[in-house]
Amino acid sequence: MDEPVPPDHPGGLVVTRRRHRAGRALAPYLLSLPSGLWLLLLFVVPLAFMLSLSLKTCNPATGACVMTWHWGEFPSEISLYHQEFITSLYFAAVSTLVDLVVSFPIAYWIAFYGGRRKNFFLLMLLVPFFVSFVIRTIVWEFVLANNGVVLGALKHIHLLPAGFHVLGTGYAVMAGLAYNYLPFTALPLYVAIERIDRRVLEAAYDLYATRRAGFLRVILPLTVPGIFAAFLLTFIPMFGDYVNQEILGGTSNTMIGTVIQNQFLVNFDFAGGASLSAVLLVVALVGIYLYARLLGSRTIEEYL
Amino acid sequence: MSALETAAPSHTTRRRWGRVLLPVYSWLVIAYLVFPIVIMIIYSFNKTIGSMQLVSFTWNGFTGQWYRQWSDVPGLTQAFWLSIRLGLTSTLISTVLGTMLAMALVRYRPPRFRGKSIFEQVLFLNIAAPEIVLGASLLGMFVSLNIGRGFLTLVLSHVMFSIAYVTVTVRARLAGFDRSLEEAAYDLGANPWTTFVRVTLPLIMPGVLAGALMAFALSIDDFVTSNFLSGASAPFPVWVYGVTRVGIPPQVFVFGTGIFAVGIGLAITSIVIARKKV
Repeated sequence: MDEPVPPDHPGGLVVTRRRHRAGRALAPYLLSLPSGLWLLLLFVVPLAFMLSLSLKTCNPATGACVMTWHWGEFPSEISLYHQEFITSLYFAAVSTLVDLVVSFPIAYWIAFYGGRRKNFFLLMLLVPFFVSFVIRTIVWEFVLANNGVVLGALKHIHLLPAGFHVLGTGYAVMAGLAYNYLPFTALPLYVAIERIDRRVLEAAYDLYATRRAGFLRVILPLTVPGIFAAFLLTFIPMFGDYVNQEILGGTSNTMIGTVIQNQFLVNFDFAGGASLSAVLLVVALVGIYLYARLLGSRTIEEYL
Repeated sequence: MSALETAAPSHTTRRRWGRVLLPVYSWLVIAYLVFPIVIMIIYSFNKTIGSMQLVSFTWNGFTGQWYRQWSDVPGLTQAFWLSIRLGLTSTLISTVLGTMLAMALVRYRPPRFRGKSIFEQVLFLNIAAPEIVLGASLLGMFVSLNIGRGFLTLVLSHVMFSIAYVTVTVRARLAGFDRSLEEAAYDLGANPWTTFVRVTLPLIMPGVLAGALMAFALSIDDFVTSNFLSGASAPFPVWVYGVTRVGIPPQVFVFGTGIFAVGIGLAITSIVIARKKV
């Protein structure tokens, strides 16, 4: 490996350096080639393949698909499952909003008052991630169960009627979604608030801005990119989520993720599942595109 | 102190917010985040009713039985070790590939690195795309190509969704890297490989380790993609999801508690180490 320069060769150093320079021209491509291939073959190609699959007609018995440019799959699948789309949209929107409202004050507090214990508080925000996503959701089932930890106790002291239940309703699904994705909202908000130049805020107060004005006209506008990033990073995964609905929502309130999963794994209707996934992807892309147009494409990476 | 406070009323309210209301609220949110985990740990010590060894919603008394018999559910133990093997394999691959890509992205710009912006867009899309779409599209492709589902397809997919996170994490730590240290190594006659192993790698190691931890956490917790691609061999989250309808053996909470303890231990250790270095 080591190639020491022979001491009796005055040009040795120059030669090795030139070789390095030639290698360096290729360096960025050599460094990025393996990841590039991996992402091309297992991310870009499958997505393109799925989009083409949604235009194919498949034989459910043999599983063979033929390209027929059958655009009709989209309207028929959407009209068939529009209720599931609306439910997903509603659950994801409400839960995202709850997360934004709940996590803004804590993100603000950690950024402004966290002091030396900032890392500790950030770790506390991330604590749910140390328990498996599926187990977290199962534990919520425990917490919200009719005679479980919370409802059982409240019923025991007659604060709730005996017939009261949450599990199996949309509220349980939204509670699960809001809990499971809270860190995805809180962290981008924290990054955005942390980055605010305190001198701008001091200047506002020196110019007799009230607390409210300082918040509404300095802090809030400066955190808009972070709020949007938090919205996207929470809303998009929630929209496709089906674990919360399947475990907490019972048999009603089916979300679109459940339909997609069943199309692929139960009904083997690949063309139908592919067109529904394509719609989901388009919803996500519209959000990302809007972000890039309004706030610049580079900035969102800073919140990851 | 009190004279100051009356002189600057806006500052007083600010202090009251910062000192009383916000901390109380924040600790309540933290309690809310920790609450289900506490429930999980408590219920891992819960006795079961009857002959079926399944967790129940009611508290039946304390027992350490499930910790002693942690490996008594063969499917669960198998799924757990599969997840560990899968996590280690995909972490190793995605950390190496992601670190290489991060170096390329930090150090080279368009005239010398054409296609850099395409890479950045693909990485971003990869992180932002709904996971169900990634899993479904991979399943569609594997089925069409007649590639059987199993450990291989799981590794391929886990590396795919980890690379972007590793790259972003390592890149953030690489930003303040002092290139003159590498130049010094070259001037002293080191070749690129020696320079990388002896100078660059030790300097970027904290970033690489953070990326590796991220990749491992993503892999061991992944359900959606794995559910599409696991076939007969189910990793831990997929197995647990599979039994939610029939009943959950208490050992699931034992494993959950164990993974939590190890994860939180690693995180606290890394915080303590980081604080000592500063």
